[in-house]
Amino acid sequence: MSALKIKKGSTSHSAYNLRPTFSDVEERHTLAVLVENEPGVLARVIGLFSGRGYNIESLTVAEVDHTGHLSRITIVTTGTPQVIEQIKAQLGRIVSVHEVHDLTVEGPSVERELAMFKVSGQGEKRVEALRLADIFRANVVDSTLESFVFEITGAPDKIDAFADLMRPLGLVEVARTGVAALPRGD
Amino acid sequence: MTRQMTGAKMVVQALIDQGVDTVFGYPGGAVLPIYDEIFQQNSIKHILVRHEQGAVHAAEGYARATGKPGVCLVTSGPGATNAVTGLTDALMDSIPIVVLTGQVPTFMIGSDAFQEADTVGITRPCTKHNWLVKETDGLSGVIHEAFHVATAGRPGPVLIDIPKDVQFATGTYNPPKPSTSHYQPQVKGDMEAITELAAAIETAKRPIFYTGGGVINSGPGASQLLRELVDATGFPITSTLMGLGCYPASGKHWMGMLGMHGLYEANMAMHDCDLMINIGARFDDRITGRIDAFSPKSKKAHIDIDPSSINKVIKADIPIVGDVGHVLEDILKVWKSRGRKTNQAALAQWRAKIDEWKAVDCLKFTQEGKTIRPQHALARLEALTKDHDRYICTEVGQHQMWAAQYLGFEDPNRWMTSGGLGTMGYGFPASIGVQMGHPEALVINVAGEASWLMNMQELGTAMQFNLPVKQFILNNERLGMVRQWQELLHGKRYSHSWSESLPDFVKLAEAFGAKGIICSDPDDLDEAIMEMINHDGPVLFDCLVEKHENCFPMIPSGKAHNEMLLGEAETQGVIDAMGSVLV
Repeated sequence: MSALKIKKGSTSHSAYNLRPTFSDVEERHTLAVLVENEPGVLARVIGLFSGRGYNIESLTVAEVDHTGHLSRITIVTTGTPQVIEQIKAQLGRIVSVHEVHDLTVEGPSVERELAMFKVSGQGEKRVEALRLADIFRANVVDSTLESFVFEITGAPDKIDAFADLMRPLGLVEVARTGVAALPRGD
Repeated sequence: MTRQMTGAKMVVQALIDQGVDTVFGYPGGAVLPIYDEIFQQNSIKHILVRHEQGAVHAAEGYARATGKPGVCLVTSGPGATNAVTGLTDALMDSIPIVVLTGQVPTFMIGSDAFQEADTVGITRPCTKHNWLVKETDGLSGVIHEAFHVATAGRPGPVLIDIPKDVQFATGTYNPPKPSTSHYQPQVKGDMEAITELAAAIETAKRPIFYTGGGVINSGPGASQLLRELVDATGFPITSTLMGLGCYPASGKHWMGMLGMHGLYEANMAMHDCDLMINIGARFDDRITGRIDAFSPKSKKAHIDIDPSSINKVIKADIPIVGDVGHVLEDILKVWKSRGRKTNQAALAQWRAKIDEWKAVDCLKFTQEGKTIRPQHALARLEALTKDHDRYICTEVGQHQMWAAQYLGFEDPNRWMTSGGLGTMGYGFPASIGVQMGHPEALVINVAGEASWLMNMQELGTAMQFNLPVKQFILNNERLGMVRQWQELLHGKRYSHSWSESLPDFVKLAEAFGAKGIICSDPDDLDEAIMEMINHDGPVLFDCLVEKHENCFPMIPSGKAHNEMLLGEAETQGVIDAMGSVLV
């Protein structure tokens, strides 16, 4: 469970969990925020981050419950433990926010990101790009005689690694979706 | 009962159903349909202000003095942008207000239409929540929800932006029903933590209650419970600027306000305590001074309804999220059931220590000569008004700190001041709102001449609605607090901290049809104050005071509680380069 999981309407969460360890070490946390899908809700969330000087490393948003009009915002952020606690508490205050989960501390979770890479080249470089794509289980979704567009899914690290390999082989353009994440198990 | 009606009529109906009796506002093109409905009814009084900022501060004053949400109605564009300062003020001080703004019709939104502004965009960071209503059918539900959000949990300002076509169109009105909103903040505190606090109360050697606006916001019941707990434990109590009145100034355990211009004994006790019980305060930088030297020896309990207040600035050893009233009730219950124990021997020593600090008498001053000292003016105001049914507002600056130091508050909701945002121009319109809530009471705005001039146009409002608000202006012809900081930090280079051409306040009052009084002689002061009190109507009291008085005691920027300055003699070179960066 999150140290400061703010579930609206709950009356029983123990304040004991609010006790943080104050430390200067910056940590990377993945937060899942369930929000009412209403106009301006994304602005409320990112306005909180810019207004209070918090970092956003990655942000992914889509409606996940069409009947309940709930969207899931997945935010990857960095900060000291105290800042991370503040971010979660501040997110919890936003009236349109239903739930805040810190996937980094609430137990094991899986993170995935989809990316597309356009790689342009001829001859040996083109063959090498295709071979590496195969190793990384990237799919070719578009091809010309001088270029490929690869689609790759995986943890952000894997995508970073793939980008590093493609760069000398003629990488011209990248699009990444940002992280989507879910807790493992039940 | 659901009914069909226009959006404009729905607004008025929803306000009536929410128990609103007073609206502060200013008409304009985008709210004309609502004003047309206001014209045709008698349930709600509309107070026409002279500037939308005044409407919001008046609503704040009304809310703080009555405990009910304040309501404003303003037009689109400039009407909405003028409301922004008031909204931010209410957000910082957690004051429940509902602001209704007109908007250009939905089909013109985004076209840069006349008097169009992105009101929900502009006010998103300065409201607790806001709504743009695009369909008349949803309007009544949003208004009812807005009142719920403004008042539930940590209170705050909300705004509803209503396009003109939504006001004209007909839709279904739904009356208020118990909120089904997912927004239901936790009010009961965690019992384990409350038990831990009760145990800490039993053994504490040097305890202190540090209370804030959260006690006032929790309602009069919370103040009653606080008094019971303080008197039963015998622990000393101090309060922030926002919490004055939650414990009576005449009470046995009262130490006065703490913080940057707080009392010596309160700050020294905060620094040396071993158990700090923070009830509804938020460790604001005006309170803590230097964070790493803040109350180094204490265990800190923090009771707050807003989880984000906990551990934001100061680490809490015993955090309790909940409504002050509910939590105090549980603390009393648990502490009593465990045998109402305190560490009497240690407490006696602690009280003796506090009495030593009190003996410093940090607020003492002598009134000599023919110039009124501002402290004397407030001491006389206190003596002559304390037995009245009295409400005090202030503007922002030195006079505000002196008012907090020299006036005593016996009850909550009697003290209206802009704490968090520090808004010059707050006090006068706030006093108008207070007087609307308490027509028979003596409402005084303690002001500086510079702050007062920022919203002086509201004298027209006070006159039009026969609101006998007393404007007690400590006139030093200076921006006193700015001047004080320039003296201490900027080599006495008084850059733009005085006014070359102040008005004749007596003539200014008379120009509006109000009464003006000027007083410059200490010997005339009492008589002049009595004249102000006894006049049945708005009074502008121009109290000419010493021009170069500084406000003490003072914790200089970047210093700790036990490094207070008590007077002029101690000010040379005390603020270092780090401190001067702070505000």
